[in-house]
Amino acid sequence: MSASVAVPETAVDVEKIRADFPILHTQAHGHNLVYLDNAATSQKPRVVIDAIVRYYESANANIHRGVHYLSQLATEEFEAGRATVARFVNAAKASEIVFTRGTTEGINLVAQTWGRTHVRAGDEIVVTAMEHHSDIVPWQMLCGATGAKLRVAPINDRGELIVEEFAKLLNPKTKIVALAHVSNALGTVNPVKMLAALAHAQGAIVVVDGAQAVPHIAVDVQDLDADFYSFSAHKMYGPTGIGALYGKAALLEAMPPYQGGGDMISSVTFEKTTFNKVPHKFEAGTPDMAGVAGLKAAIEYMNGIGVDKIAAHEHDLLEYATEAVSALPSIRIIGTAAEKASVLSFTVDDVHPHDIGTILDQEGIAVRTGHHCAQPVMERYGIPATVRASFAVYNTRAEVDALVRGLRRVREVFA
Amino acid sequence: MAELRDLYQEVILEHSKAPRNYKEPAHTNHKAEGYNPLCGDRFTIYLEMDGDTVRDIGFQGAGCAISKASASMMTQSVKGKTKAEAHRIFAQFHELVTGHSHDHEAELGKLAVFSGVSEFPVRVKCATLAWHTLEAALEGKQEKVSTE
Repeated sequence: MSASVAVPETAVDVEKIRADFPILHTQAHGHNLVYLDNAATSQKPRVVIDAIVRYYESANANIHRGVHYLSQLATEEFEAGRATVARFVNAAKASEIVFTRGTTEGINLVAQTWGRTHVRAGDEIVVTAMEHHSDIVPWQMLCGATGAKLRVAPINDRGELIVEEFAKLLNPKTKIVALAHVSNALGTVNPVKMLAALAHAQGAIVVVDGAQAVPHIAVDVQDLDADFYSFSAHKMYGPTGIGALYGKAALLEAMPPYQGGGDMISSVTFEKTTFNKVPHKFEAGTPDMAGVAGLKAAIEYMNGIGVDKIAAHEHDLLEYATEAVSALPSIRIIGTAAEKASVLSFTVDDVHPHDIGTILDQEGIAVRTGHHCAQPVMERYGIPATVRASFAVYNTRAEVDALVRGLRRVREVFA
Repeated sequence: MAELRDLYQEVILEHSKAPRNYKEPAHTNHKAEGYNPLCGDRFTIYLEMDGDTVRDIGFQGAGCAISKASASMMTQSVKGKTKAEAHRIFAQFHELVTGHSHDHEAELGKLAVFSGVSEFPVRVKCATLAWHTLEAALEGKQEKVSTE
């Protein structure tokens, strides 16, 4: 960026940020990579990659058990990671953070522990029509095991939850309300705080799929009053295979363990095992310690830029892209909620999303095509699939322009 | 962009826009359904078999240009053929789109336009969905076919 161009104080320095991500220098089919598949997984900055390497080079040992130097160091780093995650989502204390493999495992953990303990035949679980399969299937499995009933709160044509219909579904039989903070297929931001208040008034607990929210907007689990909030590191510039589940301390303490094994026990005899205290009760086996080091670095990276600045930058890109793509012929935007984050899903009248994906790929542009693990959403709109462009802090308006050129190319091929 | 044109040849685009035998034949006695849930391609293949011979064939459904054109051109190529001949054409077609062998291009005739698919491995499943579904219909298999 030339020195003569004034950068507003609120803007992020995208070129500087791009230099932090080694993979963004990739050439794809002879073009500069334009990576617009961030809702599937984000790319990783050098500091995250380095943190993982550094962990293995200088701190690796098994945690919570050795008395030796490295074991203590690894344990300290692991627990420092937990404290960083807790602060990032404003949990009241670090012990309210359970490390998982990712969002999906966190939701399954709640379904199999709190759910199996509290949900009975005839009870109801409410989800929304915009959920990812990972926030549908675990609840269906719980319903299958308990005889509870799954109820689905509908969305309107813009892809917004119909709050009145949602409220009508709630009753004293509702034990769990599970919903996405941000929809991965539509980009809709749900008013979680207000919906949680409605659910709590009926005595239900609220389980939030935060996978698509945490990378893009500041999350305060206490302000939302979420009982559980699950998210993945890999969508927020962190490594794959690690995620976190926030749970209110009182709920976590009253829940049975998820898996049995080492680290989750206080003592074991063949007659009786005493479980460890939270959060360790839910972390059987040797965890992904390098992953936690990477997640901690990712959070520090995001904080270094400022989550609000990231959100503002992505919002600008989304607005710019929505306007530019909408202006093209035969485009139908899927998901036009008033409150959106990062996701632009669309179809082109007579061209299948897979063909669009292939043509864009030849231009070096990575988008996602398909049902985005949200088949009920596709059914709601009567389409088999969409093209989804999703943005991260390192994306630029020039990349949106490349997407638009790519879509013109689609029209040429299918002329 | 030569590669892209190799995939989206005029004949393929034309068939995807105006598919042939897009119907359920009146005397259908075999049918099978193919479905690739990840991309949403879904086709039903209908056969009117006369003994071992494909007397009539049709298909219906929706999918990408490659899968639709493949279904359309497949119906043309196997109509009037015996079951064994249909299997043989598919075997040659499969070799072609997976890039294993281009030896049968002459024999495959018009179907040779799909040779470009071999440069796009992720699209092989699109080009072969209708064919695998045809095989299921020929063998009277009941389960839904998928190439994902």
